[in-house]
Amino acid sequence: MALDKKIRELQEKREKVLLGGGEQAIEKQKALGKRTARERIMTLLDEGSFNEYDLFVEHDARDFDMDKKSLPSDGVIIGTGTIYGAPVAIFAQDFTVAGGSLGLMHSRKITKIMDHALKMRMPLIGINDSGGARIQEGVNSLAGYGEIFFRNTLSSGVIPQISVILGPCAGGAVYSPALTDFVFVVDNISKMFITGPEVIKTVLGEEISMEDLGGARVHSEITGNAHFFSLSEDECFEQIKKLITFIPWNNSRKARMFEPAEPRKEFNIEKIVPEDPTLPYDVKDVIRAITDNSDFFEIQELYAKNMVIGFGRMGGRTIGFVANQPLEMAGVLDVDSSDKAARFIRYCDAFNIPIITLVDLPGYLPGVDQEHAGVIRHGAKVLYAYSEATVPKLTVILRKAYGGGYIAMSSRHLRADFVFAWPTAEIAVMGPEGAANIIFRKEITSSKDPDEMRKRKVEEYKEKFANPYVAASRGYVDAVIEPSETRKILLHSIEVSEHKEISMPAKKHGIPPF
Amino acid sequence: MKENFKSLNINSTLYKTRLSRKFENRKPYSIADQGLVRSFIPGTITDVLVKEGQPVKKGDEIVVLDAMKMRNRLKSAIDGVVRKINVSRGDRVPKGACLVEIG
Repeated sequence: MALDKKIRELQEKREKVLLGGGEQAIEKQKALGKRTARERIMTLLDEGSFNEYDLFVEHDARDFDMDKKSLPSDGVIIGTGTIYGAPVAIFAQDFTVAGGSLGLMHSRKITKIMDHALKMRMPLIGINDSGGARIQEGVNSLAGYGEIFFRNTLSSGVIPQISVILGPCAGGAVYSPALTDFVFVVDNISKMFITGPEVIKTVLGEEISMEDLGGARVHSEITGNAHFFSLSEDECFEQIKKLITFIPWNNSRKARMFEPAEPRKEFNIEKIVPEDPTLPYDVKDVIRAITDNSDFFEIQELYAKNMVIGFGRMGGRTIGFVANQPLEMAGVLDVDSSDKAARFIRYCDAFNIPIITLVDLPGYLPGVDQEHAGVIRHGAKVLYAYSEATVPKLTVILRKAYGGGYIAMSSRHLRADFVFAWPTAEIAVMGPEGAANIIFRKEITSSKDPDEMRKRKVEEYKEKFANPYVAASRGYVDAVIEPSETRKILLHSIEVSEHKEISMPAKKHGIPPF
Repeated sequence: MKENFKSLNINSTLYKTRLSRKFENRKPYSIADQGLVRSFIPGTITDVLVKEGQPVKKGDEIVVLDAMKMRNRLKSAIDGVVRKINVSRGDRVPKGACLVEIG
């Protein structure tokens, strides 16, 4: 019965470690509306799919009485499992153990699972809940962060990397999430910043709460660091699971095919867009009018709302949507919206997801703040991202497409594969009012009735240029289509571009306007 | 849509739309007054080196601003007279505060 004894010994050892930081620490964690690290993993992954590794890893730090402290699993849980059958590698920091602080062994566990994820070409999910570097371990803890950042960068564009901020994530620790593809935050639970309120107060005399400095809302609305906002951990896990269904396991695969389905009847594509180009509407309704089940999974919903990005399916395939939003800031391109779109375009390109661009924009946002914030450099990101992308690129010009905005929004000139325009499309250097003021300045100012003359000239310009036919006559637009034909023609375009292959000039890498 | 939309002027066309908080709260640009000595960083005033009414030359040191463990000696950008001093030793100031007015 020696074997029985050995097995019992293992079970006892496991049980002891599985308690993490102990009951008191767990109670504290729960009082904050937070689950424990293992509970989080179990909630997120398919039932019974989780396999844990390095359960018995311990630190060997000796300074500052650390040799007398035992930290179960060194404060982080790693393993593999599945989400809706998709393999994932996962780590979750355990705040109940030394505040989830990152020491050498803690970091080695994380890098071990990161190496597995990259080797096995499966998505990596990191749940962050940590007070930061384990100060007692000195430079070893900094080395640990560096090793993680390096692997985040190596894996970027090879496997999907998802960061979930379920507690504090401060100082250098924030850079791992920042290097990953998607960052999930939860209201009142997530906190991210480089220097905390204490330091800011001592050094600069500015007082601010943790929530106002780096809470979930701040990163969802102001900084754009977060991609998905939710009100509870449960809602957050549902979002992650949904995201996993839209993306492929790695960059050499395509996203899973789903059963094709028709859009819901309440989204009538003929009734959404007003003919007058100055009137707003919700472009998400146009997306829902063409996607399977009218499902649209929006990314960065609260940030730079004048640009809408997200995933939907058409004919069962995942599509990345990029659309100007006339409802917000008239759908202009500016620093933040350019940044938002460009990064998403590169994501889709890296992971073989076709891009559909819906165009309706008056151009770029004028203003000193925009120019000084570098709208030239940021705006250039959109051009770069679209030009560089080799996945199928389909464009529908719904209404206005003026000036540089027309070029930037996946135009033919950046090698869009198919460009369609609705009869309401206006493709021109600028809107009729601005154009008439410039072209007919003399006639207008020298006229006896300048207002009347301006009106006439605006009409004249509208007649000539405020339509899709000039662009169509040059082949810049492949087809002018009725709104009701949009889904059908896009489905066809996606199908014929399924095996698209183009080669780009050989290079180590480009120099995008970061 | 029955919402009360605002207007946004892009190239002489007025678009009906929602405006972002960031856009509505943006600071209108104004030409910098060279006579105003401002804090370029938040910090603490550790010394005021001039008195009101005192004539100063371009490059004269006006105040010492302690910030991020550095003692910054802020200088006058113009020749003139100290019109007004808005701070005294020990004051904590935010970024961009007008510390001394020279004219």
